[in-house]
Amino acid sequence: MALKGNLRDFTITQLLNLVNLAKKTGNLVVEGPGEVAQINFRDGKLAFAQLAHEDSSLAAILQRNSKISVSQYKLLKERAARMTDKELGILLINAGYVTQEDIIASLQQYFISVLRRLFTWVEGIFHFEQDARPPDDKIALRIDLENLIIEGSRQMREWEQLQEEIPSLDMALKFTDRPGTNIRNVNLSVEEWRVVQYVNPQNSMRQIAKASKLNDLEIRRVVYSLLQAGLVEVVRVGAPSVTISGRMFPTQDREEQKSLVNRLITRIRSM
Amino acid sequence: MQTVKIVVTGPFSSGKTEFIRCVSEIDVVSTERKITAEAEKIKDSTTVAMDFGRITVDDDLVLYLFGTPGQKRFDFMWEILSEGMLGFIVMVDSTRPETFREARSILETFRAYAPTPYVVAANKQDCKDAWEVDDMRVALRLDSKVKFLPCVATDKESVKKVLLELLYSILAEMDAGGA
Ligand SMILES: Nc1nc2c(ncn2[C@@H]2O[C@H](COP(=O)(O)OP(=O)(O)OP(=O)(O)O)[C@@H](O)[C@H]2O)c(=O)[nH]1
Ligand SMILES: [Mg+2]
Repeated sequence: MALKGNLRDFTITQLLNLVNLAKKTGNLVVEGPGEVAQINFRDGKLAFAQLAHEDSSLAAILQRNSKISVSQYKLLKERAARMTDKELGILLINAGYVTQEDIIASLQQYFISVLRRLFTWVEGIFHFEQDARPPDDKIALRIDLENLIIEGSRQMREWEQLQEEIPSLDMALKFTDRPGTNIRNVNLSVEEWRVVQYVNPQNSMRQIAKASKLNDLEIRRVVYSLLQAGLVEVVRVGAPSVTISGRMFPTQDREEQKSLVNRLITRIRSM
Repeated sequence: MQTVKIVVTGPFSSGKTEFIRCVSEIDVVSTERKITAEAEKIKDSTTVAMDFGRITVDDDLVLYLFGTPGQKRFDFMWEILSEGMLGFIVMVDSTRPETFREARSILETFRAYAPTPYVVAANKQDCKDAWEVDDMRVALRLDSKVKFLPCVATDKESVKKVLLELLYSILAEMDAGGA
């Protein structure tokens, strides 16, 4: 079923977050004004990225990274035009022009740069092709998305949007117990680290802000990044997030309250 | 006569009125108005104050369903409506990812009002553009413990299921001894 929408309403960072948390495999196609990006993911990791109007062949990427010279690049374009990136990579390694590490580092840098450019797009439509693979001739990598997500969410500056995402500073934070997330692998900013120290269901965000000397906007910005990266979740201060209170019922007698809920259940079942 | 209430909330046009109408035994006392603003013209009418539905359980018990108005400018009503509620249901239009952020916001706001049990409904699952429930769960940032149910507000069985799941959560919470 459809995983498609508009960047205005659903940002690239949110998409990366979705791919990361749901460990998705497939192709994300984003059509911006005058440019189309194709990003491929495997099991929630970035595998490949390219922009339609940019030479994203291995030769061009290596040349831009100064791993090969302009004349070598031109030569390759002429002589090795029919070679796939995989074949070319092996050839260049065997010929001693570059190392495997050069290739991986250059591709990684390039894929990430494509995503960074996507962060700046405000207009565009996207769709996700579930289970689609990167083009056969391309070299695929496995790049963790957490750092990119944090980086992308730091760019959200709009007060109104942040207020919408985090309406109440009287709520607290707790670390998510999602397997596979390790906060140590994420490049947090100094501000983010300061907040992370105070993450505890006993501390409201307002208290954390005070302790770490952040204003309402700053604390929301930091919390938003942490939320987006799936590192923390919002909970009620001190108490469990959901409890039964007397105010919910017209009677304070526990047995009567229970009977009342059971009668509701029976009634609705029979409808 | 005892009364209890459940609040049905969610973004503009997510299906709150439809949901209540589907199971209410009275015509939903709703305060619909024709929409004139061009920007909001994705449908003809909207709820401006609140919806109000009723299910009579027996001689001494009535359940009221209150629907919040969808448009932001009425959100001063929310806190009043949520006072003393048994629980709440957040309706989300599965076909409109542009409303997911607002849905998250509404959910967070209601969670801050009261620690009552709640469920989230992925409505309009019958539409071909509907997002999958698993994708929506992540997009809405719902913890795996939160009940997130596919829903078609025009289908009575589906609406019943959502209401029942909320009631089961309340019961489970009572058995767990929270008071
Ligand atoms: N196909 C389909 N349509 C639905 C469903 N639920 C609601 N609709 C339609 O979606 C539109 C909006 O539904 P409403 O019930 O008016 O939504 P609302 O949340 O009360 O809207 P506001 O009061 O304006 O915020 C109406 O045209 C409904 O008929 C559903 O499950 N499936
Ligand atoms: Mg309505």
